[in-house]
Amino acid sequence: MTLDTTHREAPNLDAPILEAPNREAPILEAPILEARGLVKRFSRKPDIAMRLLALAGRPIDRRTVHAVEDVDLAVAPGEVVGLVGESGCGKSTLGRALAGLHPPTDGDVLYRGKPVRELTRAERLAYTLEVQLVFQDPYASLNPRRTVRQTVGEALAVHGLAPRGEIADRVEAALAEVGLDASYASRYPHEFSGGQRQRIGIARALAVDPRFLVCDEPVAALDVSVQAQVVNLFMDLREKRGLTYLFISHDLGLVRHICDRVAIMYLGRIVEEGPAQALFSDPQHPYTAALVAEIPDVRRRKRRFTPIAGEIPSPLAPPPGCAFHPRCPHAMPVCRETRPALAPVAVGRRAACHLHTAPGASPAAIATTVGVPS
Amino acid sequence: MSQSPEPVRSEPVGLAPAILETPNRARILARLRSRPTARGAAIALVILIAAALFAPFLAPHDPYDLAALSIFDNRLAPGTQSMDGPVYWLGTDSQGRDMLSAILYGLRISLVVGLSATAAAATIGTLMGLLAAYVGGAVETAIMRLVDFILGFPTILVALILLSATGRGVDKVILAIVIVQWAQYARIMRGTVLVEARKEYVEAARNFAIPGWRIMLVHLLPNALAPILVVATVQVASAIMLESTLSFLGVGVPITEPSLGLLIASGFEYLLSGEYWISFFPGLALVVLVFSINLVGDRLRESIDPRRR
Repeated sequence: MTLDTTHREAPNLDAPILEAPNREAPILEAPILEARGLVKRFSRKPDIAMRLLALAGRPIDRRTVHAVEDVDLAVAPGEVVGLVGESGCGKSTLGRALAGLHPPTDGDVLYRGKPVRELTRAERLAYTLEVQLVFQDPYASLNPRRTVRQTVGEALAVHGLAPRGEIADRVEAALAEVGLDASYASRYPHEFSGGQRQRIGIARALAVDPRFLVCDEPVAALDVSVQAQVVNLFMDLREKRGLTYLFISHDLGLVRHICDRVAIMYLGRIVEEGPAQALFSDPQHPYTAALVAEIPDVRRRKRRFTPIAGEIPSPLAPPPGCAFHPRCPHAMPVCRETRPALAPVAVGRRAACHLHTAPGASPAAIATTVGVPS
Repeated sequence: MSQSPEPVRSEPVGLAPAILETPNRARILARLRSRPTARGAAIALVILIAAALFAPFLAPHDPYDLAALSIFDNRLAPGTQSMDGPVYWLGTDSQGRDMLSAILYGLRISLVVGLSATAAAATIGTLMGLLAAYVGGAVETAIMRLVDFILGFPTILVALILLSATGRGVDKVILAIVIVQWAQYARIMRGTVLVEARKEYVEAARNFAIPGWRIMLVHLLPNALAPILVVATVQVASAIMLESTLSFLGVGVPITEPSLGLLIASGFEYLLSGEYWISFFPGLALVVLVFSINLVGDRLRESIDPRRR
């Protein structure tokens, strides 16, 4: 419950028990996992009818969804990087692309400095197993017809990672690590609560000894009290196993507490990236500022709850220029024409906003963004 | 901690998980038993299957033993006593064969053809649909266009053409039925698997580099099987109907192994002369068999589909 900013009793935001140990530490190590110019588009394949119509002169409407556009993101070993954005902004797609589930349309995913598409078969298997996913929906992420033992031990058995006789022990060890009793191993998923299922999902990932966990909204479907337990488990595992995390979430309060660095995504692109504390206390992009203004905080007497005006635009037809301009209170003519690049704005911080570069504009205006007037 | 915590789902949504979780299985059976019509149909079905199974013990005569037939007993009305003593409860046909015995043996052939054709068609169709949905691309296009092609023709026409090429025979009838029926299963299976494959446990399996064949057979197949099982029950009835039709038309089973359809055909020429029983009783057996299978199948579908509860 300590993480619950809405129901917090002691209004001290700066002393959470889950404080990340090396917060704000300079990144010296080479990244363990990196996206370079990563693009992921999903397009409808033209079927026979469409191809026939194309012969008759009608252009093929491929309806391409630009899920992830030109993303650069590097995660150093041991880091917890938060990935934040509204539903449909491409954060899950980015996470899955990093885990190797979606082959990129363009650009590269690099694992320990090597492009994933150039890995040998054995290296590829190592990468696939070492970068694991924890899913949002604890009901859909476990096969209802397989026991916990079968689910957690499957990869060990299939890839021969442990001798047959030891698989049961490895499964029990993984269950113990997530705080589940060994006697649960022979049960089926429907016998468990959401939180327990999520632990089983984590045990499944831990069984193959991962180095990196991509957590795709791992607590969003859980009760608030259970959320804190699961988040604590992640942080424990981080210390015990030296895990690195990409933590995808729309919960800014949570991200602020557990992440070292945060990247904010909007419509497939990263619009701001930087150390968690700095990013939340001094946003360098109007979208970040608007999100931060919406974090509930009991210390603030008067609660101004101004939602960001407008809808997130369709990823089928992203607006020209800066994708955020239709909703941005500081939008200038240049924003409608030219897309701002994600460029360094301070030490260790990057932002994609014309207010930093356009002549006559002042980045100070960003701090005044509170919600966004319509 | 969340600004708007999403509600926890208390029950899995969708058709498949609801069917599959073990406690529900008992409930489905209970619901099946609780309906009087379905119960009656189930009882009729059990009786018919038992009668077919134990035909050699139940039948008063052996219809295949030509030496036992007496031509003087031909076309006797139901209830007539033969010259040797036993009563022909359902009459005799033009060869002097006891109709009751012929029906019991005919039921055997009809059921064997119906069940084995359905089993083979369901297996082939299920695997084809699974392959089409999971592999996608050219494999999917090839399989599904073939399915469309087969389903585009009237079943009976395709079966007639096939049998006119191969000739009569129990095995050939089964083959013809499999060829026209597998496509249905493939289409249903593809749809179910497409939905199932989007679930995160399949993504998780892929993320563990589990080989594709194992994802298909171990993960997707058991979770997508429920609709297939329901369809298969109803398809047994339609396979039996198809076999009877083909035999009636004279391209189905050989005369040496008469099924219900062939029995109906053999009495057809005497219908107008008032000797109704040669066609009528095998017809009645066929109607009861098909009707009860359909009722049980429909009921099964209703119990399984959460929207119809």
